Amino acid sequence: MKINVKVNGTAYSHDVEPRTLLVHYLRDTLRLTGTHVGCDTSGCGACTIHLDGKAVKSCTLLAVQADGCEVTTIEGLATNGNLHPLQEGFHQEHGLQCGFCTPGMIMTAADLLKHNPKPSEAEIRHALEGNICRCTGYHNIVKSIQYASEKM
Amino acid sequence: MTATKYIGKSIKRVEDKRFITGKANYTDDIVLPGMTYGAFVRSPYANAKVKKVDISKAKAMPGVVAIYTGADVAAVNGVPCGWQVNFKNGATMKEPKHPLLVADRTRHVGDPVAFVIAESRAEAKDAVEAVAVDYEKLSCVTDPAEAVKPGAPLVHDDVPNNICFDWELGNPKSEVDAAMSKASHITTLEFTNQRLVPNAMEPRSYIGSYDPINDKYTLYTSTQNPHLIRLLMCAFVLGLPEHKVRVVGPDVGGGFGSKIYHYTEEALVTWCSNKIGRPIKWTAERTESFLLDAHGRDHRTKAEMGFDKDGKIVALRVKTHANLGAYLSTFASCVPTYLHGTLLQGLYTTPKINVDVTGVFTHTNAVDAYRGAGRPEATYILERLLDLGALEMGKDPAELRQLNFIPPFDGVKQPGYQTQVALQYDSGNYEGVLKKGLEAFNYKDFRKRQKEAAKSGKILGVGISTYIEACGIAPSAVVGSLGARAGLYEVGQVRVQPTGKVSVYTGSHSHGQGHETTFSQLVADRLGIAMEDVEIIHGDSESVAFGMGTYGSRSLAVGGSAIVKSIDKIIEKGKKIAAHKLEASADDIDFADGRFTIKGTSKSLGFGDIALTAYVPHVYPKDLEPGLDFSSFYDPANFTYPFGCHIAEVEIDKETGKVTLTRFVAVDDVGTVINPMIVEGQIHGGVAQGVGQALFEGTIYDDEGNLTNPSFMDYCMPRADDLPMFETGSQVTPCPHNPIGAKGAGEAGCIGSTPAVVNAVIDALWSAGKKVKDIHMPLTPERVWSALQ
Amino acid sequence: MIPSSFTYQKVKSVEEAIAALKDSDSKILAGGHSLIPTMKLRLNSPSKLIDIGGISTLKGIKESGNEIVIGAATTHAEISSSKVIQSKLNLFAQTASAIGDIQVRNRGTIGGSLAHADPAADWPAAVLAADATIAVQGSKGSRKIKASEFFQGLFTTALQEGEVITAVHVPILSGKSVYMKFPQPASRYAIVGCAVVKHADGKISIAFTGVSSNAFRDGAAEKAISGKKIDAGSAEAASKVAAEGVHIMSDHYASEKYRKHLAKVYLKRALLAVA
Repeated sequence: MKINVKVNGTAYSHDVEPRTLLVHYLRDTLRLTGTHVGCDTSGCGACTIHLDGKAVKSCTLLAVQADGCEVTTIEGLATNGNLHPLQEGFHQEHGLQCGFCTPGMIMTAADLLKHNPKPSEAEIRHALEGNICRCTGYHNIVKSIQYASEKM
Repeated sequence: MTATKYIGKSIKRVEDKRFITGKANYTDDIVLPGMTYGAFVRSPYANAKVKKVDISKAKAMPGVVAIYTGADVAAVNGVPCGWQVNFKNGATMKEPKHPLLVADRTRHVGDPVAFVIAESRAEAKDAVEAVAVDYEKLSCVTDPAEAVKPGAPLVHDDVPNNICFDWELGNPKSEVDAAMSKASHITTLEFTNQRLVPNAMEPRSYIGSYDPINDKYTLYTSTQNPHLIRLLMCAFVLGLPEHKVRVVGPDVGGGFGSKIYHYTEEALVTWCSNKIGRPIKWTAERTESFLLDAHGRDHRTKAEMGFDKDGKIVALRVKTHANLGAYLSTFASCVPTYLHGTLLQGLYTTPKINVDVTGVFTHTNAVDAYRGAGRPEATYILERLLDLGALEMGKDPAELRQLNFIPPFDGVKQPGYQTQVALQYDSGNYEGVLKKGLEAFNYKDFRKRQKEAAKSGKILGVGISTYIEACGIAPSAVVGSLGARAGLYEVGQVRVQPTGKVSVYTGSHSHGQGHETTFSQLVADRLGIAMEDVEIIHGDSESVAFGMGTYGSRSLAVGGSAIVKSIDKIIEKGKKIAAHKLEASADDIDFADGRFTIKGTSKSLGFGDIALTAYVPHVYPKDLEPGLDFSSFYDPANFTYPFGCHIAEVEIDKETGKVTLTRFVAVDDVGTVINPMIVEGQIHGGVAQGVGQALFEGTIYDDEGNLTNPSFMDYCMPRADDLPMFETGSQVTPCPHNPIGAKGAGEAGCIGSTPAVVNAVIDALWSAGKKVKDIHMPLTPERVWSALQ
Repeated sequence: MIPSSFTYQKVKSVEEAIAALKDSDSKILAGGHSLIPTMKLRLNSPSKLIDIGGISTLKGIKESGNEIVIGAATTHAEISSSKVIQSKLNLFAQTASAIGDIQVRNRGTIGGSLAHADPAADWPAAVLAADATIAVQGSKGSRKIKASEFFQGLFTTALQEGEVITAVHVPILSGKSVYMKFPQPASRYAIVGCAVVKHADGKISIAFTGVSSNAFRDGAAEKAISGKKIDAGSAEAASKVAAEGVHIMSDHYASEKYRKHLAKVYLKRALLAVA
């Protein structure tokens, strides 16, 4: 099936099998490999992207469902070469170790800050319910998001 | 020595940029020209005869390139075990073959029966469903204590009673029994240290590729140790010449032990890439990670600690059945023995210790080192017994520890401490971390707070754990005498480029630890240059001479020390070059802050001048080779012994049994610290995993050998809202035997935290009048609620 | 991780969806957050998916007389952030924000969740306690099903073959209401979810999810508390009779005994929250 999607500001048109998951379209067809697959049960959040401005799990969407939509991935978050405050926050506060969950964490946090620019620690922790990190114990991820919240 | 511009500072990580912008390069991100995709037909049964595998229908499906079954790889060796443990009677442990694909018998759910290679992932998955396997299901056993009983189903027909080895360490049993019989109080615990799934967030991924023109293989692998994988795969499994095999570990998304081992899939994609003449990628689905990544822990233990009337420990007796799974993973045999039994001295002066371990095969996935590896199990025994002993004897758990601590020793002026269980501790100040921990926690006020809270219906508890671990693995001769089939040194090459920029090649392999930053700090300070002028290269067998990889908290202590050795050689050679140019004797040259100076003068040359001279040797010592590039192997003199004090506070919801971890204080002494930010990050992550074991995680196998919680929807990983902010503190007792003084920080958090949390829950229950000795981990709400009834 | 092959049809109207459903083995795709995970594990392999995500009439929240009408394809996030819902149907705002996580709430829909009828889903408790009706459309026309008649068993509803949920109609709730859940720690689905509505006339509606093979109204508990002043004593008394006489689920996370106990605890807490 033919789909038209705008990803990180660039329009694409591709033929895809209906069963192609959006995450595989992004990774395999567009070679945007910053979006990761960490599980097969929609539980880990490593594949989180923005679809029409909202954080979604790209492993639980078919590419055909994104037809006509705008997608932002981690690769599209920086603007004009300037890191997004969240990217800066994760660097400043050591919010990542192995980096595998990081793109999903950042994309989820971006959705949170859009709706709640000054979240409490508890609100941040609650917002990360759908994202698993095995390295950091979340301590520095919380601080990274707080850093970005201050900056934004 | 040079002033420290970087060492000891929380420098932001230099590797971050690629990870935060989505430009990292994990194995599954790599696409090679002509690449195919693999998927496995896996056994749904824990123990079954494979009567027939019919691939005819699958082979005809669209996109299918090839299908291999157990019969095809029957002549190929299995994957080896890297550590030999002997039976008490001297016989070698049982080492049944672990084949790349099973031919006649499956031994755990997920055992691979066929490997399908297709043009796309989807086509490979479709064809897997079309492979028809005729199984004859047999009865199985999953519990190691059950598996050794007469009549239990056998995992391997030639391994009687499923016993891989039995093993003993410490003082003779008779001596321990005698000491125990004189104890005025004996605290006894029988418990399961449950099986855990490592769950690095990046699933394992491998690409095998064969180049027929040059007769050369490349394996891209999500591994913690590419050189070790190459050695094991070439020498033991495939019989390939090592110089014709390149192994690359690109960015790796966490390991926690699970990516140390040589897995069958690695060898299989490599072997098959030659057969089909095209690259093959296989990436585990998370369900496969749950089923097949080597699991951790899984001990059934009875432990007894005897105290005299004052509370001094007089004896410790431990009997453990360790579940090894169906096959021996790479280091499976050393984890419950040499990484567990040897740690049972703890921080205490216990005079008599005996540990007896039986390694047992069961119809379950393999068990191997998972963050801490043996040491968490040992620490759990000691720290649970101490806190429980304190409750039983009506003593304060902090005071009881204080009474039993080995006194401080620095390993230089005072000798190392010889334990009853083979190790000699390097340096320690155990009362120091306890004191700091108690102060940070404000322990003296806790009992008052606990009573106050009780008045308003809240149940609070405190738990202490003071741990020691052995890392910096390891002196090759020592581990060799204990059965290791490899040396455990590390390699560090420092190549000074003509312009004075420095490339460092290390056999350590970062999978999140921040080597590129820490090692750069170390090198820049030692050479007196800017960090920006240092590049750390790791993970590729073609660029790094050799290496043993990253595990056992060894990277800085062993890998860093290898780099320091090379730096020392560079400085020594630099002095000769400088002496020649400055017309002085090399002995009169000092090196500091990046300059070679004639002692007592202002005549000097910069590091860059010397580097350039080494490569443009026009004015140069006659007997000196050009170039400034040294490689060193560093074999440690001893293990390193980090230690610390962890204190947990919990609150129990009386009505639901739900435990909330309200505070966690960790004071760790990991020796000299290069980057406190990175060390704290390691502690945070370790603590989260340790708390995970205490409260959330654990496999559940049913009677049929099925793992019934093989997903993040069923197996509870700690989430952000399950944990508090951690309160960390530190103490520095340098390691006396390596040039950095570092001891290692990777596993500390995971080792100390679990018993602290469980102790806190038990303390809370006792404060509520429920004198329970133990609750099975994880301490789920229902289990705690049941204990409250 | 990769579903079996299927064909995909994006429909523009409910009628088109109903017509497409005539093909055997086809399934409606709304947000996809119940269906796609099962397809990825190949536990579910429909031959055709009918995507109703583009039907604008199925989306949105309207106030109509004394009820709120929520389109079936409205996402949990849209419901939880709706001003109308927050002020006039707060129970639904609470429930929507208790579902899954941010990402799931941004995609998952109320209609999809109700049709799936997971015994541990959050919505069933809320729609039952609020006396909602579920509007469905099929080839034989439209009908409305009372929530109390909708959930019939494990993953089983009163929906007939070929029917599509179009909207959920909920009376405006003037009194206090609450949804509380004790989540399964890994999936965060409800081990016990309890919705309580206090009506102006003193009547109390109580519904549970997660407890039994389908969500249910607890008549005995309602009878025990309705018309009474809610306090620790009356809440305790009501909780004593709660979740009795129903089949209670049991799994690794909560045995039958513990789950029943939790239902009582959560009812007590929910009642005190609306007191």
